[in-house]
Amino acid sequence: MGELVTPGRPGTLSTPPAVPPAERGGSHKLRTRLVEVAFIVPAVVYLLLFFGYPVVKNIVMGFQEYTTKTFFTGEAPWVGLANYRTVVGDAIFDRSVLNTLLFTAGSIAGQFALGLAIALFFHKRFALSGVLRSLILLPWLIPMIAGTAVWRWILDADNGALNRILSAVPGLDLSPNWLTSTSLALVAVIGVNIWLGIPFNMTILYGGLQEIPEELYEAGALDGATGWRAFRHITWPLLRPVVTVVLVLGVVYTLKVLDVILGLTNGGPANSTQTISTFSYDMSFRQFDFGAGAALGNILIVISLVFAVVYLRLNRRAVDE
Amino acid sequence: MARRGTTGRARGAIAALAALPLVLGACGGGSGGGSAEASADTLRVLDYYNSDPNATLWNTAIEACGEQIGMKIDREAVPGETLIQKVLQQSSSKTLPDVLMLDNPDVQQIAESGALAPLDDLGIDSSGVAEGVLKASTYEGKLYALQPVTNTIALFYNKKVLEAAGVTPPTTWDELKAAAATLTVGDQYGFAMSNINTYEGTWQFLPFMWSNGGSETDIDTPETAAALQLVKDLLDAGSLSQSTVTWSQADVADQFAAGNAAMMVNGPWNFGTLDVVEGLEYGIVPIPAPTAGGTVVSPFGGEAWAVPQTGDEEKQKKAAELVQCLNSDENEVTISLGTGTVPTKPELAGQVTSKNPNLQAFADQVPDLRARTGELGPEWPDAATKIYTAVQNALVGGMTPQDALAQAQNG
Repeated sequence: MGELVTPGRPGTLSTPPAVPPAERGGSHKLRTRLVEVAFIVPAVVYLLLFFGYPVVKNIVMGFQEYTTKTFFTGEAPWVGLANYRTVVGDAIFDRSVLNTLLFTAGSIAGQFALGLAIALFFHKRFALSGVLRSLILLPWLIPMIAGTAVWRWILDADNGALNRILSAVPGLDLSPNWLTSTSLALVAVIGVNIWLGIPFNMTILYGGLQEIPEELYEAGALDGATGWRAFRHITWPLLRPVVTVVLVLGVVYTLKVLDVILGLTNGGPANSTQTISTFSYDMSFRQFDFGAGAALGNILIVISLVFAVVYLRLNRRAVDE
Repeated sequence: MARRGTTGRARGAIAALAALPLVLGACGGGSGGGSAEASADTLRVLDYYNSDPNATLWNTAIEACGEQIGMKIDREAVPGETLIQKVLQQSSSKTLPDVLMLDNPDVQQIAESGALAPLDDLGIDSSGVAEGVLKASTYEGKLYALQPVTNTIALFYNKKVLEAAGVTPPTTWDELKAAAATLTVGDQYGFAMSNINTYEGTWQFLPFMWSNGGSETDIDTPETAAALQLVKDLLDAGSLSQSTVTWSQADVADQFAAGNAAMMVNGPWNFGTLDVVEGLEYGIVPIPAPTAGGTVVSPFGGEAWAVPQTGDEEKQKKAAELVQCLNSDENEVTISLGTGTVPTKPELAGQVTSKNPNLQAFADQVPDLRARTGELGPEWPDAATKIYTAVQNALVGGMTPQDALAQAQNG
């Protein structure tokens, strides 16, 4: 990169005044190109270093026996598909795939429905709506590990706030084991992730709602389209492009969620909340089988990639239109 | 050929990436100060004693030992959970410290990678140290680390609660079940332990498994199943909260301190937490044995000091001297008393328990303590994962102990 920039330097730094007009045109063009390149180079270097390298490294690692020993000796023998056979053959794998799907579908459905409902609610301006709307962003601002610690306390079966409240309801005699029962833990984890995702969905959808011209609603109202019918025939069609963005990005973000699950249940109890990403973390950083961890990571990358392609496709179509 | 080229380049790249945080850290002016300096009269020490009382006590001991052997000390203490990551980074960038502290079950795995120097070659004297403790730090017949102090787990009980209920601390499994049931009243559970899905859960289950004759080399045995059945019985009887599957040991101590549990399995590192609780009087007895008079076999905790392969032989010799000094009788006693641990040399136990009687139940177990990595060495993490998986499947996964253990053992 240095070599590319150097020739342009004398021109830019100490402009020689006596350059014939004919030559100046040529060097000007060259200079423009060099400036263009100079602007692109940092971005390319950044992408290669922080996105390209880890992805390539991860893909390669998935085919290697990469253990603690590798770090000292530098030797990571090529093992072909052995890592993939190990993880796919593991008893936890099927469950983690199913959990990943349930977790993603449940989280997205909940986040989107509630996010949209809240966005619509705040679209009608009222006293303090601005303040309240910014308060909804709070879950986004709290460090996740602190957030999960509080949720663990809320959801504790014996002394948790939620079960204390439930026990105060007359005629209701139950204290669910939110985080310690294999059937409820996934539900609880999805619930917390919905809480976490609402701000993102609400913010983007609220922005989309602002874009819809007010006149359309006025015109619609004259034709008798109010309330639900206005939503169905005006809001929803015009919000569609934003909805697509929210959903696809949401899926990609949710597939790889790690901190929420680690903080709440650590994949337990009895692996009932294990997803591909927590399984991968466990393989790499608890069992130090980095090859197997990378193989799981690659599987996750492929799944995310499918949705990323869908997103780009839809995005391009939206631009074309 | 091609492969070698790739790994060579990859290694360089890893080293560069691994060094990046170090460089950034150095720019930030970390608390350790000048970690990259390589002057001949300075030993770099890495450990995870970053909170008191450990931080101060160890710092004093290390500085004093440094003075004794005529070396300056450049000590860095990182958070516990990041130590192994740090060691792996330093391994690949060839910047390992001169003296390295490791949690004892990690020693063999790191030794296997080739990053540690055998201590026998460096003239270390390990006489007097309990055999089980040495076994944890021995890989393929060679000693790689020396551990000055150790800890283990025992049964803590709330004196007032047991007295009021007329219950004496249990010594057998049957007594434990009966006592736990009697002590379960209202919001108070009779018994608490951690069966979390991490190595902590495995560590807490081991005394029950080992004392009954179970082994980590094959967990699909009637002995281990009976131990798991005991825990399941306690849970099914309501004497143990179902939250046991998410409690860390610190959570268990909190439950005990808050009066939500009358007895708990835990270790001496909780003395600090428990002693500040007003009105709490606790006693400590060994974990109950399967039957009267049986031997209780518990795993031991604590950290060992190793000398990494840095390529500088002169410094490695000095580093070994520092490790030897940290394991002196005097240091073992001082550090035991200060941190609520017991010396790894059984003959020193008396000097500690006479000053802190609470440590008696732990000191008594030292000769029988068993290393987690004693049988399987570097393969231990695999077995530890199987054990906590089986425990969780049996407790809340709807499986019988036999089925859960068989499934975990056979993958």
